[in-house]
Amino acid sequence: MMQYDHILIRYGEMALKGKNRKNFIMQLQHNLQQQLKDFPETKVKRTQGRMFVLLNGHNPERVMEKCKDVFGIQSLSLAIKVQNDETEIKDAALWALENSTDVRTFKISVKRIDKKFPIRSQDMNQVLGRHLLTNTTGYTVDVHRPDLELKVEIRNEATYITSSVIPGPGGLPVGTSGKTLLLLSGGIDSPVAGFLAMKRGVEIEAIHFHSPPFTSGRAKQKVLDLAEKLTHYGHKINVHVVPFTKLQQHIFREMPENYAMTIMRRMMLRISEQVCKKESILSITTGESLGQVASQTMESMNVINEVTDYPVLRPLVAMDKDDIIKISKDIETYDISIRPYEDCCTIFVPKSPKTRPARDKVNQFESQTDFSGLIEEAVGGIDVITLTGESDAEREFEDLL
Amino acid sequence: MIYLDNSATTKPDPLVLESFQKASERFFANPSSIHQFGGESEKLLQKAKEQAAELLHVQPEEIVFTSGGTEGNNLAIKGVALEHQGRGKHIITTTVEHSSVDEAFKGLEQLGFDVTYIPVDNNGVVSVRDISDAIRDDTILISVMHVNNELGSVQPVEAIGKIAKQHPKLLFHVDHVQGMGKVPLSLADSGIDLCTISGHKIHGLKGTGILYVKKETALFPLFHGGNQEQGMRSGTENLAGSVSLVKALRLVKERQSTGIKHMRELQQVLRKRLSKLDGVTINTPENAAPHIMNISVPGLKPEVIIHTLGDQGIYISTKSACSSKQKDESKILTACGHDKDRSASALRISLSYDTTEDEIDTFLNALSEAINQLKAILE
Repeated sequence: MMQYDHILIRYGEMALKGKNRKNFIMQLQHNLQQQLKDFPETKVKRTQGRMFVLLNGHNPERVMEKCKDVFGIQSLSLAIKVQNDETEIKDAALWALENSTDVRTFKISVKRIDKKFPIRSQDMNQVLGRHLLTNTTGYTVDVHRPDLELKVEIRNEATYITSSVIPGPGGLPVGTSGKTLLLLSGGIDSPVAGFLAMKRGVEIEAIHFHSPPFTSGRAKQKVLDLAEKLTHYGHKINVHVVPFTKLQQHIFREMPENYAMTIMRRMMLRISEQVCKKESILSITTGESLGQVASQTMESMNVINEVTDYPVLRPLVAMDKDDIIKISKDIETYDISIRPYEDCCTIFVPKSPKTRPARDKVNQFESQTDFSGLIEEAVGGIDVITLTGESDAEREFEDLL
Repeated sequence: MIYLDNSATTKPDPLVLESFQKASERFFANPSSIHQFGGESEKLLQKAKEQAAELLHVQPEEIVFTSGGTEGNNLAIKGVALEHQGRGKHIITTTVEHSSVDEAFKGLEQLGFDVTYIPVDNNGVVSVRDISDAIRDDTILISVMHVNNELGSVQPVEAIGKIAKQHPKLLFHVDHVQGMGKVPLSLADSGIDLCTISGHKIHGLKGTGILYVKKETALFPLFHGGNQEQGMRSGTENLAGSVSLVKALRLVKERQSTGIKHMRELQQVLRKRLSKLDGVTINTPENAAPHIMNISVPGLKPEVIIHTLGDQGIYISTKSACSSKQKDESKILTACGHDKDRSASALRISLSYDTTEDEIDTFLNALSEAINQLKAILE
């Protein structure tokens, strides 16, 4: 029985990356292998300018689904490999047409690289077109806007027949652009920020500020579930859970109420920077966008950013809320984000936070108390949870099922 | 013990039992409870559906966990009839269905539905043409079993599915209880809208089953209540049962291709040696499912043979277990056009993946001896 035996993977932008090209390709291959570990028989092969996933009996559509989320891939196609033999090529093309869904019109594009093959590209287009039309009913040829373009590449080693081109996610392979520390709160924005960073090839670790008993175990679980979703695009994510209760209480007790939120954010950045230093992470990523809430004004950003000289990436800075929500739905973090648990940013909300804080004022307030002991305690108490895309409960489920 | 009554029920796989026990102990919370513990149960239930869907190549929302074959068949048939009676009251089935289908149709007849029972040929197989010819404007349901539980005959459900596809107003139900793990059937894009699967026929536990309900198929539920199972089957979910069923399904799917080949070989041995036994007539057709061999020993009461073999720890059955307590004559064999002698003396030998050739050999020797002895007494 005939079936698609491999997936052809094309990478776009990556091919342009000069000297790093080799690293990019190796990383993509590695990431694909990681994503396909549930399909033990698959093999990922590199050849000139493209990659193949050999299916070795695994379900083509299911493997395809997995590949579709790997950054660095421009497009994918299911493909059949046959001998350079007219009859075999005809059979395979017919099979590919008959096994496509929602197709009424098609087009054939033959590319003959193997000049020993006796039929020339143009003639082969005709031969195959005729073969498909006489052996099927209800299909017509449309060379301009076909539902399906069957590409037939007659190469020296074999002929590859590929069906429709499915767009990949684009971007760069995760792991090719260094590592960032993502501030993950549990809201809608921060996971999207993480996703967009990953799309540019950045590997992420996450940091979460946990204030029990004001924030519940569920709020923490929510953050872990969000990070879990993001592992889908990379492989492993470390979540640094910071015990924040004491420090947070201290801020809200000692600092002027309308500056407490700004100072809290500065503390978060200070702690984040220390984690970066310890883990050799070179930047911090947040889900901030301009003008969304009081703390996200230009003034606020200026004051908060003062405490670190590490670059703070803000992938969402120019995005509208609707667009952010759309992405969060696409990457399936939205439903988790809207779970109604308090997080550290929502509990001690002051009645009137300062929307236009100033650096000198904040520094003056902060100098009145010594926070270093509390910061040190918080950093010392960090609990690192590693997510691998498969939760403990799920492992337990797998055992049962 | 030599157990050759696997069409009646199968021995639960130890891994299935383990899964049931662990799931019962660990995830006993109600999946509908909003606390975290309930959330875990809900997650497990969802995961079980996803895995079942993956194994059957369908969508998770198309899986409805039931209490087994009888419920699945009833839910499919009555559910369609009651929900869609406004469109028409004509429903079609065959004369060789399992009692849970047959009696459901009889019940609907009492409610004013018009039923066409399609007859079968000598091999117990319906003709696709007959089904096609029976379809009317007011037909809302066709229900045909995949594998007959007494004979093992395989019905042309794929071909019927193609016909059903051309009639968007009617729904097509397949009772796949005897077919699962024995005769592969693909559901997606088959024209099949509803398909019944039972757990205990595939080394799962009694009280577990799946009804596949194709997306956008509306059913009138048998149980109203808390809207569990997409609203099609209310009642607190049997989570451990469903989980263990999915485990059973996975194990069967893993062993299916070698298992079928193995049973087919044993069936050939049975056919070859039984056909040489004096006084034995083979009822199961050549191209039947691999796990059933039905024979008649005219002149001998099947019950007597069963007890004679049972004394030696060998277990086979008469006709289907679900109707064994009624009169001897097999409705199925009668429907195939066999005379009373033959249809009242039927025996069914049914295999599993684990049946060995030695067991078959021992059984055949014991059967031959039993027949000789009993005949000698009767003469």
